[in-house]
Amino acid sequence: MATTTHHSGTIAIAMSGGVDSSTVAAMLRAEGADVIGLTLQLWDQNRLAGKPGVPEAPKAGRCCSLDDVYDARRVAETLGIPYYVVNQQERFEADVVRPFVSEYLKGRTPIPCSLCNNHLKFDQLLLTARQIGAEFIATGHYARNEYDPARGRWILKRPADLAKDQTWFLGGLTQEQLAHTLFPLGHLQKPEVREIARQSNLALADKPDSQEICFIPGGDYKEFISNYLEEQGQTVPDSSGDLVTATGEKLGRHAGVHNFTYGQRKGLGVTSPNPLYVIQIDAESHRVTLGAESELNSPSFRVKDMNWISIPDLTAPMRVQAKIRHRHEPAWATLTPQGPGIALAEFDIPQRAVTPGQCAVFYDGDDVVGGGWIDSVPNSVNGANQN
Amino acid sequence: MRRVYMDANATTPLLPEVMEAMRPYWMEHFGNASSIHQQGQRARAAVDQARATLAELFGCHDAEVVFTSGGTEGDNTALFGLLHPGDHLITTSIEHSAVLAAADRLAHDGVETTLIAPQPNGLIDPMDILRAIRPQTRLISVMLANNETGVVQPVEEIGKIAAQTGVFFHIDAVQGAGKIPIDVNRIGCHVLSISGHKMYAPKGVGAMYVRRGTPLEPIFVGGSHERRRRAGTENVPAIVGLGKAAEIAMHGLESGAMYRLAALRDRLEKGLLAQIPGTGVNGANAGGTVAPRAANTSNIWFDQLEGEALVIALDLKGLAVSGGSACHSGATEPSHVLMAMGLDKNRARASLRFSLMKTATDEDIDYALAVIPAAVSRLRELAPAMADAPDSFVGTAG
Repeated sequence: MATTTHHSGTIAIAMSGGVDSSTVAAMLRAEGADVIGLTLQLWDQNRLAGKPGVPEAPKAGRCCSLDDVYDARRVAETLGIPYYVVNQQERFEADVVRPFVSEYLKGRTPIPCSLCNNHLKFDQLLLTARQIGAEFIATGHYARNEYDPARGRWILKRPADLAKDQTWFLGGLTQEQLAHTLFPLGHLQKPEVREIARQSNLALADKPDSQEICFIPGGDYKEFISNYLEEQGQTVPDSSGDLVTATGEKLGRHAGVHNFTYGQRKGLGVTSPNPLYVIQIDAESHRVTLGAESELNSPSFRVKDMNWISIPDLTAPMRVQAKIRHRHEPAWATLTPQGPGIALAEFDIPQRAVTPGQCAVFYDGDDVVGGGWIDSVPNSVNGANQN
Repeated sequence: MRRVYMDANATTPLLPEVMEAMRPYWMEHFGNASSIHQQGQRARAAVDQARATLAELFGCHDAEVVFTSGGTEGDNTALFGLLHPGDHLITTSIEHSAVLAAADRLAHDGVETTLIAPQPNGLIDPMDILRAIRPQTRLISVMLANNETGVVQPVEEIGKIAAQTGVFFHIDAVQGAGKIPIDVNRIGCHVLSISGHKMYAPKGVGAMYVRRGTPLEPIFVGGSHERRRRAGTENVPAIVGLGKAAEIAMHGLESGAMYRLAALRDRLEKGLLAQIPGTGVNGANAGGTVAPRAANTSNIWFDQLEGEALVIALDLKGLAVSGGSACHSGATEPSHVLMAMGLDKNRARASLRFSLMKTATDEDIDYALAVIPAAVSRLRELAPAMADAPDSFVGTAG
């Protein structure tokens, strides 16, 4: 298993109170490893409680809820390992929540989980772990991480359970971070994980998986953003504008670009004999372009701020499979270097709703080649999208 | 691994004598102190004996002692029991949350509160309290010794102000009891609250001094226990334990135990400051002197690190200390006391409280002086190195 590829030393387990990270704790404990449980306190779930659309009391099953901290602590108590909650609320707000809100207001669809992984889970947690005397962190992500002596690099790979693959969220991990990170679930299927949890007498073996963004308890982004801005003494800036067709024909008005995401079909506020989709959002002119499903497809996109994993750098065109959103089946593409950290991905078959602001991760078989942020999407309609 | 406990301001273990004194009152002498029969009389006698001992600790009459469930109940009772809509409360920004949260709740009932900030050395200036008094002022509530810094407040001077202005005066003596002699008549307070588990008695028991004639309304009503000041069947074993702990504390104060403890605390403090650059005593005056403090407490800042990580690192090395205050999840928030003293957030976050048990030894101090400098070095060495890690995909969303 993954631990054998690393040196021995104290391991800090990132415990969320969910079944996956709890099982990691049980597995490493059973192996006799020297382990510590850590939970990052990222967001006060009661902070916006009671505001419109937000439940008075947060439901269970989201990270940072008191119930989850309780569950994580109970697992640590059951296993007899030291356990600490580390306060990273300020950093989470600065590095995850504020960028999320500002991107959303620009009509983009940000992915807070990747920001959180980059800034909190693997950066700050690893730092805290090393400061308190641990050499490694272990998490419950479904991914594999193996050192390849031939390439002299740590290689992030898709997990055995492809249905649970979380490598798309991990494309920002640096070699330094990977060298200190264990993913003990990478070779297991989810049912096996639940079975290990049951055998380890963990009370939460049947706890449902969390799906929503942890700091948005009601799951309603728009409500969250207006509540958050209100708390900050700000208001949602006016980004109302025109709904238009790709040829510039005006279809109506909308109340703000943050109400839309690429590929959205419902709640557009216009009626049409044929189904219409959001195919472009222009944050500058506040113009939202609607079109037929076929117009949603993009033949290529540009990525920036690439973090290379299986290769030191991209120096020549490379055949890859590109994954552009969490539930997207990776699609064949050719990746061409365009400057430092910048690349152009050209699909073999145009893909639907390629969305600026989202992450793209590229695969070579099971290996993660690297990950970056979708910057611009020249689409089939009107050339370069300047978002 | 050796474990050294330096968090006595959080809680203390029972002294063996306290455990022994309590032992017969769980099963053998189990009676209800309100009952007429022999079992009840036996329990009543034990409670009355403890009451007499607490009266001695406070310097008051037996009838002025009320047993409670602990410090929070005492503090809550003082505020909720004396203040009514339209009243004005003067307290300080360095009080325990048992006082501050009670004041917050009273604000909804139309009780206005003035919070007096401490001077940078942690001391409240009595003149600030005098200046805050208004015709509507009904209560002044000030702590005897601060839980974070140990700084002992000038309660006698504040008591004179209360007497001259006809205002009730409550003392939260939770961190002072057993460490500092208390004389309620010299202080001139009307209510004073203490907690058992901060002075080697069990958790879940405490006591109040309530001066005769003080119109303190109970927050628990029911039976006629505690002269109708606090309904509820007396927690007889715990009260016995509190009495024993108070007796031992008084002996200790008379025999100079606190001078020994202060010498240990000072050795720890001087050792840390000498061995670790970028450290200092929170609240120290310009000349390096420190306001009068409870003998067991030291609060130290360490530049360039997170106190939370240092607390964890030290715990894993066998040394139990604390930093800041734990929020509901168990994560650490910067101390409101240090912030009120004017520390910036980073320094408040980088501060640790060392609070020695009265059984502390030279070996405990040696151990602390051995493990803390190494842990601080590790934290400081790693912090910049990790911050320089590659930051490509990291950092910019979209």
